[in-house]
Amino acid sequence: MKNTLRQVFHSPKFVGGFVIFLAILLTMFIYPLFNPGNPLQQIGVGTFAKPGTYVSLYDATKAKTETFRLPEAAENRLAASLTDEDRVAMIEYFNAMEIDISDLDMDDTDALLQMWEENYDPSVRPKGMTGARVNYFKRLNNSLQDLKSGDTLIIAEEGEDGELVESKKITTTDYVNTNAVANVKTLPLGTDNFGRDVLKELVSATGTSIMIGLLAGTVATIIGLSFGLLAGYLGGFVDDFIMFITNIFTVIPGFVLLILISYSIGQEQRGAAVVATVIGLTGWTWTARSVRSQVISLRNRDHVNLSKLSGHSLLRIILTDILPYIASYVVMAFILQVSSGILAEAQLSLLGLGPRTTEVPTLGLMMNWAMLYSAHTNGSWWAYFPVILVITLISFSLNLMNTGLDQVFNPTLRD
Amino acid sequence: MKGYRKYFGKKIFWFVLTFVAAVILNFILPRLMPADPVASITGKLAGGNADAQAVARIYEHYQEEFGTNLPMYQQFLRFCKNAIHGNFGLSFSQYPRSVSDIIGSAIGWTIALQLPAIIVGWLLGNILGALAAYIRKGFDKVLMPVSLFLSNVPAFGMAVVLLVIFGVYLKVAPISGGYAFDMIPHLSWDFIKSVISHYQLPFWSIVLVSIGGQAVGMRSMSIYELNADYVKYSRFLGIKDRKIVGYVFRNAMLPQVTGLALSIGTMIGGALVAEIIFSYPGLGSTMYAAVTAADYPLISATTLIITIMVLIVTFLLDIIYGFIDPRVKAAQVE
Repeated sequence: MKNTLRQVFHSPKFVGGFVIFLAILLTMFIYPLFNPGNPLQQIGVGTFAKPGTYVSLYDATKAKTETFRLPEAAENRLAASLTDEDRVAMIEYFNAMEIDISDLDMDDTDALLQMWEENYDPSVRPKGMTGARVNYFKRLNNSLQDLKSGDTLIIAEEGEDGELVESKKITTTDYVNTNAVANVKTLPLGTDNFGRDVLKELVSATGTSIMIGLLAGTVATIIGLSFGLLAGYLGGFVDDFIMFITNIFTVIPGFVLLILISYSIGQEQRGAAVVATVIGLTGWTWTARSVRSQVISLRNRDHVNLSKLSGHSLLRIILTDILPYIASYVVMAFILQVSSGILAEAQLSLLGLGPRTTEVPTLGLMMNWAMLYSAHTNGSWWAYFPVILVITLISFSLNLMNTGLDQVFNPTLRD
Repeated sequence: MKGYRKYFGKKIFWFVLTFVAAVILNFILPRLMPADPVASITGKLAGGNADAQAVARIYEHYQEEFGTNLPMYQQFLRFCKNAIHGNFGLSFSQYPRSVSDIIGSAIGWTIALQLPAIIVGWLLGNILGALAAYIRKGFDKVLMPVSLFLSNVPAFGMAVVLLVIFGVYLKVAPISGGYAFDMIPHLSWDFIKSVISHYQLPFWSIVLVSIGGQAVGMRSMSIYELNADYVKYSRFLGIKDRKIVGYVFRNAMLPQVTGLALSIGTMIGGALVAEIIFSYPGLGSTMYAAVTAADYPLISATTLIITIMVLIVTFLLDIIYGFIDPRVKAAQVE
């Protein structure tokens, strides 16, 4: 046993997969310690807030300020407030004025502004331009001038007699230490369509999905193993009957059965555990097949025959003379079942047949929500890409572990 | 020839048996539902109608329509009789279209998308896997981890990633539907062009996912065969490398055909979900719409059609397998 384990942990593939899987598991346990609370809590009111650190504007104006004169500050401010729309409009103006802009890069804020400075003339009305458009350019020019001159913002509070009383002036050189602001929230993966913290939700969903995979894998392996052992060892009628059922369930796609059963159960009854069990119930066939063929090759070995002659019971023969020989095989089958269970849950949820949505998030449900609110077309990559990545990484690590084990136990496959 | 007849006879027998089991399951499972589907449909159709008598009339009408007032075995006979005539009743969500009409318009899209995609993915994957096993070194070192990683990307994930990169950012392909939304299906150059441009992304997302899995399988089979005694013996005899590779490829290929037969159900499941991402007008999207609208006759018919499609493909693969591997036929004769 010890020797086998040492061998297994010498396989680079197994270790690679194991490390990835362990890292995912550890994140799952450790992250909630730093960020406790209900993962389904809606913290944001809008949908799909971008990833980043959010500083409370109110608290920031109250915090103690320092004055810094940073050379690039004005430029950054201009670049950030000059939207793509404004840039396109400026190009449009240059074109209307028939100015040569062939070597102008739209993203080069400095060059663009310099060009604007040189060429903008409020008194000239370009040919064919509507009055509204001319006014738009005037406003654009004004806001650009404001930004450059760096005027002062005044914070005012309502005084006792209802008048606004100036309470603070904020200049462009005022800075606040983020540690001094009372409320700062970092959302590494932003929020989803319901305004939930995606990272927190993702960690919790990963946990649930792995649990679903483990439960589905356990159910499938137990059924497959029992059927395979009985069919392989007993042979005859039992074998024929079990193989009859197995063959039928092999050809009817498990996915179709999953859809039918999940639909029949109904949304209210579909908890995560129920979904996992159903996935297990539809996925056992190939475990049964492969266990059976392994057992058939073991059935007539000398030590099994000896056991039989000694009058040992069926259960004892199976447990002590057959199971140990196929244990490595069963472990590998279990790993694959876990991985396909996680995938099956995700696919079911995408179809709208996943676990009910009110209790726990799962990877499939997160994907389903992101698709329903078209995160993929509105550029909110943080709502779906991490989910795909996590599903891929889990299944990649499990398959890598499986390949590693395969190479340890089947020397013919070694490279 | 006698061997083949016995082999095919046995296969056909299994095919029919599985078909019957599939039909029975398809009939029974939705009927095990604890809630009364007719009641829920009545509730939906009646809407705000509070007139109890009218609701009862609607209920009775649908009971009649579905035959849920008949004993189970009569319902089953009726179900079979109607199914043979291609009659699956009316759809609830797309009333008054019939279920067979909806499925008829979706099935062509699904077959045209998935069959070529799975075949191309399988071929490319096998070629890459065999090359990796034969060349080894750098090619293998890069290709294998990439393939293993790719094969673990879920089909819907690949679909979303391709859609976002090529459809949303690069804008080289349309992101949804089977053809431009302002067109009516007809035979013209414009329509065919539109169909082809909509075809690319779903096609490649299925191909990319299946390449990975096939390449990994083919590589280990080929390595196994390359180490076999007959290869060493052939080398010893001085047979040309190219000829040996031909033998190796053929022998490694056989388990891959079985593998395809066994995994076709899973692959189609994944590909159907990928269809949803692209709103491709095939069976996957139909199923999604049916589930969302709780359209019970449509779900039941879609699953039955998918099962039958998988059955037919598996059956064909079994037949092909019998032809290319004489040992299978020989095993049946004994």
